[in-house]
Amino acid sequence: MAVPKLEQLSKSVVQGPSLATGAVPTKDWMDIPAIFKPGNYAYPAKQEKVAYLNSQKDLHFPNAREWSPEDDDWKLPEDWKDIILKGLKERLDKFRSLKIFMDCCVRCGACADKCHFFLGTGDPKNMPVLRAELLRSVYRNDFTLGGKLLGAMAGAREMTVGVLKEWFMYSYQCTECRRCSVFCPYGIDTAEVTMMLRELLHLVGVGINWILEPASNSNRTGNHMGLQPHTFKDNVDFLADDVENLTGVKINHSFNRKGAEVLFITPSADVFAEPGLYTAMGYLLLFEHIGLDYTWSTYASEGGNFGLFTNNELMKKLNGKMYAEAKRLGVKYIIGGECGHMWRVVHQYMDTMNGPADFMEVPKSSITGTTFNNAASTKMVHISEFTADLIKNGKLKLDKSRNAHVKATFHDSCNPARAMGLIDEPRYILDHVLDNWVEMPENTIREQTFCCGSGTGLNTDEIMELRMRSGLPRANAVKHVIDKHDVNTLSCVCAIDRATLTSLMNYWNPGCNVCGVSELVGNALVMDGENRQELDEGLRTLV
Amino acid sequence: MKYAFSFLAVIALILIAGLGSQIPGMQYFFGVAIPYLAIMLFVGGFVYRVMQWAKSPVPFSIPTTCGQGASLDFIKQDKLDCPSKTSEVVARMFLEIFLFRSLFRNTKSEIHDGPKISYESSKWLWLFALLFHYSFLLIVIRHMRLFIDPIPFWLSAIEGVDSMLQIGAPTLYLSSVALLGGIALLFGRRLVNPHVRYISLNNDYFPLVLIFAIGLTGILMRYFLRTNIDIINIKNLAMGLVTFSPVITVKIGAIFYIHLFLVSTLLAYFPFSKLMHMGGVFMSPTRNMANDSRAKRHINPWNDPEIKPHSYAGYEDEFREFMVDAGIPVEKELSAAKDEA
Repeated sequence: MAVPKLEQLSKSVVQGPSLATGAVPTKDWMDIPAIFKPGNYAYPAKQEKVAYLNSQKDLHFPNAREWSPEDDDWKLPEDWKDIILKGLKERLDKFRSLKIFMDCCVRCGACADKCHFFLGTGDPKNMPVLRAELLRSVYRNDFTLGGKLLGAMAGAREMTVGVLKEWFMYSYQCTECRRCSVFCPYGIDTAEVTMMLRELLHLVGVGINWILEPASNSNRTGNHMGLQPHTFKDNVDFLADDVENLTGVKINHSFNRKGAEVLFITPSADVFAEPGLYTAMGYLLLFEHIGLDYTWSTYASEGGNFGLFTNNELMKKLNGKMYAEAKRLGVKYIIGGECGHMWRVVHQYMDTMNGPADFMEVPKSSITGTTFNNAASTKMVHISEFTADLIKNGKLKLDKSRNAHVKATFHDSCNPARAMGLIDEPRYILDHVLDNWVEMPENTIREQTFCCGSGTGLNTDEIMELRMRSGLPRANAVKHVIDKHDVNTLSCVCAIDRATLTSLMNYWNPGCNVCGVSELVGNALVMDGENRQELDEGLRTLV
Repeated sequence: MKYAFSFLAVIALILIAGLGSQIPGMQYFFGVAIPYLAIMLFVGGFVYRVMQWAKSPVPFSIPTTCGQGASLDFIKQDKLDCPSKTSEVVARMFLEIFLFRSLFRNTKSEIHDGPKISYESSKWLWLFALLFHYSFLLIVIRHMRLFIDPIPFWLSAIEGVDSMLQIGAPTLYLSSVALLGGIALLFGRRLVNPHVRYISLNNDYFPLVLIFAIGLTGILMRYFLRTNIDIINIKNLAMGLVTFSPVITVKIGAIFYIHLFLVSTLLAYFPFSKLMHMGGVFMSPTRNMANDSRAKRHINPWNDPEIKPHSYAGYEDEFREFMVDAGIPVEKELSAAKDEA
């Protein structure tokens, strides 16, 4: 599906007849069906991937088949409606958040224009409140007195195939970024709603390939790219060689090594593709610089968790490898690399699902002596926390001038900002590795940050136009600092961002690089015994 | 035209009470039976709904963090927006519940040529909501004078402040004006703001119209339609209701029965509607939890310990040869694994 030209899309987002631009649809939203055409949906999961997941113990991914969202008949199981309603009942009983969020919304509209998908598409059903109403209307119909008595008068509607299709469309036009939840007077979090919608859809075999294939890869090979152990090792070795070529410093790293002090886990994309590679080189340099006793793992070689985008069971199963591997290797604690949704899982879910991690120790940096009490139970420290502590204690030799080519701004990733509160650590690091960097406008950073537009497994090419639309608010804020301050680099602490923001910048703001904060740290590090080449572009320099 | 239905419904309610209460013998029905029924539905329904919520566990710790969390000593925590202790959560909740802090953040975005998206502070909704909720609260408190005897000092003091402008006789209560104004503004916003208009349901218009009518009938009764409205008689009825010995001995004007019937409708409707946000706001997991999930383990009662990751042993079995070739340590050497097989 071709992506529209920049001029075309630039006009369309402003002038297109949408609710965001002031055109009010003439029909009630319940009367507007979801229509699928090439470009507006992500490809459904391949039959064999669904079958593989369903074959795994504890997992339930039924109804593997060939199907297309464009077909009238989605080949749902005969009792699909029953399955969905029972599934909804079960989830209402399991999640207080779902019940409260179904019951408390007053439709005040505070969330309406907070969503990047709404701002970019103008589609009313992308207002968080309506996204929730897609489910809430069914909830009313089958689970509330008002809905049972008054039906449509009370905003209730029956579960139909049309509704199911609508759920599929709009639960995959939400990146669970939680921005709406910041503004909601009751904290209603559309991420919770979207998660439930996606869980329900999986019960009848409706899911997308860009999530389920990486999820099955993660299960089997340990990482979503499907890198087998030797390949994973080769990739990291290759990066270590690159570092040596650039800086003259030999990197000492290891894999699956028992007795290491620290297990390091980062999204596998960092060892696989640009520009994440440079972030991974930054990690290697940093750990070498301080002589950390650490190991990589090929078994737990994925920080990201595609299970989060499917259902609780798969999230738990994939996440379980982190603690299992930490236990097997006998490490004292875990350091996690830069990633957004990975940290949502690590911070808010991991200990609950797979803890207690009592076989490890409260993380204590052997370099600075700092105890990370904020991770006392989970035993997992964020690389930015770890690095900021090293800087504060003067353990890093940094030369800011080595980043002279960089004029950066910083993108808060949704999950670290709104599901963790990791906001100032990366900024503290930037202050110490860059001569100067600038903030984007205040309504687009920190807890109000805008998503890259392609999170939660949506960074697939077939929906590129949607991605460029939903990424517009972020891109627009970057453009503001490019125009005003000549920014040339968008830094972030997320592996998905590094991939998706790159496409986004190439489209809206060509010439703006995307990098991880740890890449900038790697650039600035003055290594013992280094024999550094002229690195005009830091670790990206071609020599 | 969803709002039209709400007007019709409220007009019907007014007619029912206005006409019905004039039928001889029906005063007891509208003055005693309906209020008791409404209170029972309100209390029972409210408790039921809260219990229903409480029955579902909070499986995960999911606060929405709106500021810097507690981490390293030299990184300043935003204690209100990213609380890590119960006291901080209480402060966050207090500001949320009493000052509508999240609404205070509200912005309005616009998309201009370029494209260029702008965001500007938009506090109207916050202001209208405060106006409405606080005037409503004041009015409810003022009505306590009907149920308490003698009238306590604090209640008279509140009334004094509420009527401090000394307009008219009986003096005008500011909260009455603020309530009607607040509702008119909230209603107007629903009609004028295209986003909100598009999402609004009957469920959204009806309570506004109903409460407006309650306010209006109250004002009419106090200032204009005073035939057979004697506060002593009304207080006698109210005191009778709260002491479970209600009697109606004198004729009370129809406007009173209308007012009372509308209030009863509101009470009965409350637990089964979005008005339950009054209870829900206390229980929202994204706001009432501390952001301490890495420091303390949160327990999920339905966590299934049987769900295990794809095992390392299974992984090594599949890739052992490659691992050995690549020099990655293994648990079982190739020969040992072959022997077993």
